[in-house]
Amino acid sequence: MTRWNGDLWFLLQNLILKDFRIRYRNMSLGIFWSLLNPLVMMAVFTFVFSRIFNQQIHHYPAYLLCGLVPWNFFSGAWISGTNSLVENAALIRRVPVPRELIPISSVLSNCLHLGIQIVLLLILLLVSGIFPSWLWLWMPLIWGLEIVFLCGLSLVCAALNTYLRDTRYLVESAITILFWLVPVFYSFSMIPARFKQIYEFNPVAALVMALRNVLLEGHAPAFSLVYKLTVVSIGMFFVGLYIFRRLRSNLYDYL
Amino acid sequence: MIELRNVSKSFHVHGGRRLLRDYLSQTKVATRDSRFWALRDVSFSVDRGESLALIGRNGAGKSTALTLITGLTAPDSGTVRVVGRISPLLQLGAGFHTDLTGKENLYLNAAILGMHRKDVIRLFDTIVEYAGVGEFMDQPLRTYSSGMTLRLAFAIAIHIDPEVLLVDEVLAVGDASFRDKCRESIERLQRKGASLLLVTHELSSVKSLCDRVVWLNHGEVVLAGTPGEVLPRYEEALHKPEVYAAV
Repeated sequence: MTRWNGDLWFLLQNLILKDFRIRYRNMSLGIFWSLLNPLVMMAVFTFVFSRIFNQQIHHYPAYLLCGLVPWNFFSGAWISGTNSLVENAALIRRVPVPRELIPISSVLSNCLHLGIQIVLLLILLLVSGIFPSWLWLWMPLIWGLEIVFLCGLSLVCAALNTYLRDTRYLVESAITILFWLVPVFYSFSMIPARFKQIYEFNPVAALVMALRNVLLEGHAPAFSLVYKLTVVSIGMFFVGLYIFRRLRSNLYDYL
Repeated sequence: MIELRNVSKSFHVHGGRRLLRDYLSQTKVATRDSRFWALRDVSFSVDRGESLALIGRNGAGKSTALTLITGLTAPDSGTVRVVGRISPLLQLGAGFHTDLTGKENLYLNAAILGMHRKDVIRLFDTIVEYAGVGEFMDQPLRTYSSGMTLRLAFAIAIHIDPEVLLVDEVLAVGDASFRDKCRESIERLQRKGASLLLVTHELSSVKSLCDRVVWLNHGEVVLAGTPGEVLPRYEEALHKPEVYAAV
């Protein structure tokens, strides 16, 4: 059906730049806002958990940020990916561009935000006296898998949101639930043994686990963890693409 | 080249149910799936270098025909065939974003229309000069007048070197000098062998630009032929009060 044979990469790049420019141009302090949210969360949680609950976790701020940064990216990209088709309706109602690009570019445009927070995390590690090691080389794979997973998830949710505009509210609730079900501010050792296996399939939880292994605990993530994370992420991407293609043919009529 | 053969297209009357409560109310009360037929068994073709005008009252199915030709949506039955690079001069600048600068919008819009990076870089100065918004290229689009926005959008669309040109009421907006410039560019493309499909209510541009006319009413072809044959009868019908048939 699509009669569009333009420059795919050029278009993807321009779509990402568009989202990114629009987001940051209207903020007087620009990138600073990317840092403010995790810093405030970190301060509050550190206070609550180390002063009120008296939790004894080593390097708690860094520990928290290892959970907060992937979760922040996950929730931000998921929401913007879900809304992407509806928000870009003016554009896709006019030109038959490959519509898969819209949710994907929306997820990718969140990556700069992620990059800034990763830098913050690494600085915090250095300040806490944890120095770079070869294990840090695991990070591109771990973050890459999160991005791939989110692209798949956003494809499904963006298409559903076009047919059913309530989808975004379901996603928002899911994100709140996820915050508590992912060990962002508590540790894996507190999770009862029988739930641990399930946690490894939760991509955000697995991600946080792998990050803490690499950055704080000084060992490579377990093979089974990496394996599950890879299978689930790549699987999600192709499932997303498949569902999107199935739903694509009627999108125009619903936008 | 454009060819529509026995094309029919319908839409939901609600324009697609969008909220959960609509789906729920549908399961509760078995509403009959009422559809609106925007096009019914329509056939016409535009060959290379030919120009055709689609005319008809509002809601006659002209815009639906355009969305089928651009490939935005698929027909319920029949076939739509288009050969060649399409430039849709439809709702010009709808993909523009007011917070982006003219330059950023140019890149984005050209990419959306399918232009390749190297061509955009090569044609950048030409497009800017054509649009005549030179000193504003680094300003956000919200500082542009509507005429400037239109000129920029038209300049981009005309420079993708289209073989099939879809024009929807563009000529009706903008000032006289811009309209002349548009017309000139369209005529130049016609001489190069591009097919033109014009959708308009402005019958003078139909006469000056098109060889053939298709008159649509309620999704069906009423009459097709040369402007000399169709336009007088169309104008006559326009002045009669129309009896709306139940759809």
